[in-house]
Amino acid sequence: MDQVIQYVKSYLASDQTPGAAGNMFWEVVYILLVFVGLSIAVIAMNWLERKILAHMQVRLGPMRVGPHGLLQPIADAIKLLLKEDIMPAEADAPIFWTAPFMVVLAAFTVFVVVPFGPTHAITDMNIGILFMLGVSSLSVLGIVMAGWASNSHYPLIGALRSSAQMVSYEVAMGLAVVSAILMTSLNDKGTGTLSMIGIVQAQQAQGVWFIFKFFPLGLIAFFIFAVAMVAETNRAPFDLAEAESELTAGFHTEYSGFRWSLFFLAEYSAMIAVSSIAVTLWLGGWLRPFPNLLNNPTADLVFSLFPGVTFLFLGAMCFYNAARMPKHPFFRIQTIGLAGFGVVLALIGLVLFIPSVSLRVQDIFWFSAKVAGFMYLYIWYRGTFPRYRFDQLMQMGWKVLLPMGLGVLILTATAGLWPLIQQSLWHP
Amino acid sequence: MTDSNTLSHLDLETPEKPFLDANELVINMGPQHPATHGVLRVILRLDGEKVLGLECVIGYLHRGVEKIGEHRTYAMFNPYVDRMDYVAAVSNGLGYCETVEKLLNVEAPPRAQYVRVILTELNRIASHQLWLGTHALDIGAITPLFYTFRDREEILKIYEKYCGARLTTHAFRIGGLQYETYNGFEREVKNFLDFFRPKIDEYEELLTTNRIWVERTKNVGTISAQDCVALGVTGPVLRASGVKWDLRRAQPYANYKDFDFDIPTGQNGDTYDRYLVRMAEMRQSVRIIEQAVGAIPEGPVMAKVPKVMKPAAGEVYHSIEAPKGELGYFIVSDGSTQPYRVRVRPPSFVNLQALDRMCRGQLVADVIAVIGTLDIVLGEVDR
Repeated sequence: MDQVIQYVKSYLASDQTPGAAGNMFWEVVYILLVFVGLSIAVIAMNWLERKILAHMQVRLGPMRVGPHGLLQPIADAIKLLLKEDIMPAEADAPIFWTAPFMVVLAAFTVFVVVPFGPTHAITDMNIGILFMLGVSSLSVLGIVMAGWASNSHYPLIGALRSSAQMVSYEVAMGLAVVSAILMTSLNDKGTGTLSMIGIVQAQQAQGVWFIFKFFPLGLIAFFIFAVAMVAETNRAPFDLAEAESELTAGFHTEYSGFRWSLFFLAEYSAMIAVSSIAVTLWLGGWLRPFPNLLNNPTADLVFSLFPGVTFLFLGAMCFYNAARMPKHPFFRIQTIGLAGFGVVLALIGLVLFIPSVSLRVQDIFWFSAKVAGFMYLYIWYRGTFPRYRFDQLMQMGWKVLLPMGLGVLILTATAGLWPLIQQSLWHP
Repeated sequence: MTDSNTLSHLDLETPEKPFLDANELVINMGPQHPATHGVLRVILRLDGEKVLGLECVIGYLHRGVEKIGEHRTYAMFNPYVDRMDYVAAVSNGLGYCETVEKLLNVEAPPRAQYVRVILTELNRIASHQLWLGTHALDIGAITPLFYTFRDREEILKIYEKYCGARLTTHAFRIGGLQYETYNGFEREVKNFLDFFRPKIDEYEELLTTNRIWVERTKNVGTISAQDCVALGVTGPVLRASGVKWDLRRAQPYANYKDFDFDIPTGQNGDTYDRYLVRMAEMRQSVRIIEQAVGAIPEGPVMAKVPKVMKPAAGEVYHSIEAPKGELGYFIVSDGSTQPYRVRVRPPSFVNLQALDRMCRGQLVADVIAVIGTLDIVLGEVDR
């Protein structure tokens, strides 16, 4: 027993991820935490997307289930689980079965290497980014399988579209990623890294987020990635694969109920995954704003208050809206529910003010806040843009983003080697 | 897909080839499809994403409106025409009432004429708003739909206050109007105009210069002026191809000759031009209403029309510029209380036959854009 406790404790002071430290217990704990956190994030995202989109479109969005529709995602989940499981008679059953799991597997597995903090990742691989790109591109397979197995025209076209799209945008995406990785090698030893944690640490060491490095090269690379990642996740304005008005629902037309919800889950977790890549590579990952510039105890204290303040603010919003609820007895339960939710949020906020907690959590907070910014962008795109046509999409991928990515890559390499070039040119 | 006569030119009856060898994909779009605006069924023959040809199958919403007309008196048939193009019910009513008035040789009094113009032009705006919303939705922009519906509501409120109905209004009667305008009608119409003018800018802000919108609509579904004329296409589709043909000007009816307005035209005849033309038409409608609402004369709203209408035997054709194009009524009277024959020339039905011409060689996504830009209403296509 003591040994077990010792084993568990041994990790606590470690400055490594549980995977890298080889501590199985904490690895499992982290896996569970990531899984649960991700599921909650997807649920929250579902609600947020509907609400934000609704408010962009002068409507209210879900308002009935729970106060301000807060319980709507849960109601939806229950509905989907209870739905009849339909499989087309002519479908290729085994493949039809496997496809959604394939997609979900790809979408969730990438989170193994996502660094929520210097020690807050399931594991730290030295090929982290490569692993992420590789695994996330597996979801194409699932989509093609789904489209093929449905044995129907619309899903087939949807699947072909999305596979072509994802494959071609992966190229531009890869080039953008490589230019960011090049930047990690700008140190004394000249060694770059593919490790997700290493990339963020390199940004810390160089004292600049890579988006601002070699301005505007980092920005352009980030832009290429930001466009490609929307295409990669099949979201508006690149949602051709599931273009509702053209292909009804694209590759998942024939899916319903639980299996459909798996596609939904995968889509949202893939969005979070690619956003995490973007945040890690260009936006300093878990680093708070100005970690090197404002490097004094006061700034540390101020920034460590942010998580708590955020949750307190959300709690206060709940109270404010609870106070604005109609006074009719019909709304009593909703008012109480909203106030209760506010209490929960406020309590979390208060807990986050405890120094030892906030010290451990603030990395996760900053990372999540940056990812949340990307999530908002996704919703904003969806509210604003019409949908690209297939050939235009391909044109943009191959004729605009790919050359841009190549150019940025070459320029970044040149800029990185510039001191060396200068030296050999003028001081031979 | 068994009737080889109707579907022959698409070669749908080609013998079963092994699926993997097939270069052509025949896809059935509709009648239940989110982008076919009702129950249009389009059979697409595709080469990958490219459209080799298509055929429209219509009739899913056929109610026999023309036949019904033969068994109703002239006045009784009036509400039925609202059910054809239900998003432009007022225009349909205007066309029918004017046709029967022509047959009866009566003319609506000036006050009725002005109110008719106001309501019809409001209806044109409402119809174009609905078109804009659904068209943008088809192309993937979901937000304009809610903006247009929000603003269309204001028009429907005016209708509701005027005649009690919002959609199938039955606003006009043969010989004028059934109802005097309500108190504050003119003020509310003016308020609407002030409210609506900035809204058009808002729509345009979302779409007109939106890069994706322009790419999706420019050079898509292009149709030349000659083709338009040959196919009998009318309305904004014709004008976007550069033909300055608007029945409000070409064969003035009601009292359109009293008003000063422009006929917006395009040059390329593509989807983007049709979009611009319709946006400009909304502005022109605002202009017309503005002139009309300040000048409504006093007087009766109903001409002397016999209680039992028995027009002399004969036939009459009268057409108006409905929001979607030329809406014509051909009525044959045998001297009895009921028409001998009613024939409607609906703009949607005629415009729809240009679909194949406009889509051939384009991509699947363009078919959706073109169906949207033709602005068809299946109630009117199938009657």
